[in-house]
Amino acid sequence: MDAVAGSIELKTPKEIGWMREAGQIVARTLSLLEASMQPGMSTWDLDQIARQELEKSGAKAAFLRYRGYPAVLCVSVNDEVVHGIPRKDKIIREGDIVSLDFGAVVNGFYGDAAITVGVGAISEKASELMKITETALVKGIAAARHGGRIGDISNAVQTYAESFGKSVVREFIGHGIGRRLHEDPAVPNYGPSGQGPRLAAGMTLAIEPMINDGGSSVRILEDQWTAVTADGSLSAHFEHTIVLTESGPEVLTKRYAEK
Amino acid sequence: MPKNDSIEVEGKIKEALGNAMFRVELPGGKLIIAHISGKMRVHYIRILPGDTVKVELSPYDLNRGRIIYRKK
Repeated sequence: MDAVAGSIELKTPKEIGWMREAGQIVARTLSLLEASMQPGMSTWDLDQIARQELEKSGAKAAFLRYRGYPAVLCVSVNDEVVHGIPRKDKIIREGDIVSLDFGAVVNGFYGDAAITVGVGAISEKASELMKITETALVKGIAAARHGGRIGDISNAVQTYAESFGKSVVREFIGHGIGRRLHEDPAVPNYGPSGQGPRLAAGMTLAIEPMINDGGSSVRILEDQWTAVTADGSLSAHFEHTIVLTESGPEVLTKRYAEK
Repeated sequence: MPKNDSIEVEGKIKEALGNAMFRVELPGGKLIIAHISGKMRVHYIRILPGDTVKVELSPYDLNRGRIIYRKK
């Protein structure tokens, strides 16, 4: 075992291949959900579309029954940060921003990604927040280099988001991914660079900044899952599963529109 | 063959718009505009409102697509 990597498992090319397959299913499903989104539909409808797409692909759901989670998809609207449970009575309206978090499993290996989508015409503030969050993710991915540290990713995300006066959620963080949905190491979206576990080629990470328009604190609703911003401000969430290589990070959950 | 990363979905024809364009309803109810693929035009496959079709969604404009198959 590589002493530098410690307890963090490095994946073989074959395993990374399965993760890429899972990642592409996730990416396709997210694009399809984005295309299908319209005012008047419920968050449960989106979960149904994701289920159909999963069934077609032959992959397994990553979130269903994970610690008792009841759906394949997390849909978090406006001030909901993450882990919104799809419900038939939760209706999407024009002007909402909707975070979609989705995962799939191929041959026992996981892919996990999230996007935030605006419905119809959204406020300038909301579209700015989405853009900042997505760019924060890009910055975080760019900071993930063989031989660097986890803190480099954390710091890149935090510095970028805070330079626009937005705040980074502390309660939820990115994570290692592969054989399980959540593995070591923890990948916080805040903290100093140059610290934390050392990064090595073959590591697979899910980087997922959750950025709030207002304060950083969140609270959990009575359903035990849905996290909302404490001050009711908007929150956006973008996530990619990446693999580190000697020559830089590769995004496994890249969507067609990003290529 | 469809490109590996295109998004295929089954939809229902709502309305013929002329110019080989159709309004198609996606699962979940969203309406998009889709044109018939060249291959289907060459083989003169006719499409009527009510038909179920396979649509390839455009990754650039999520309100447009391309009809690539008509289900019987």
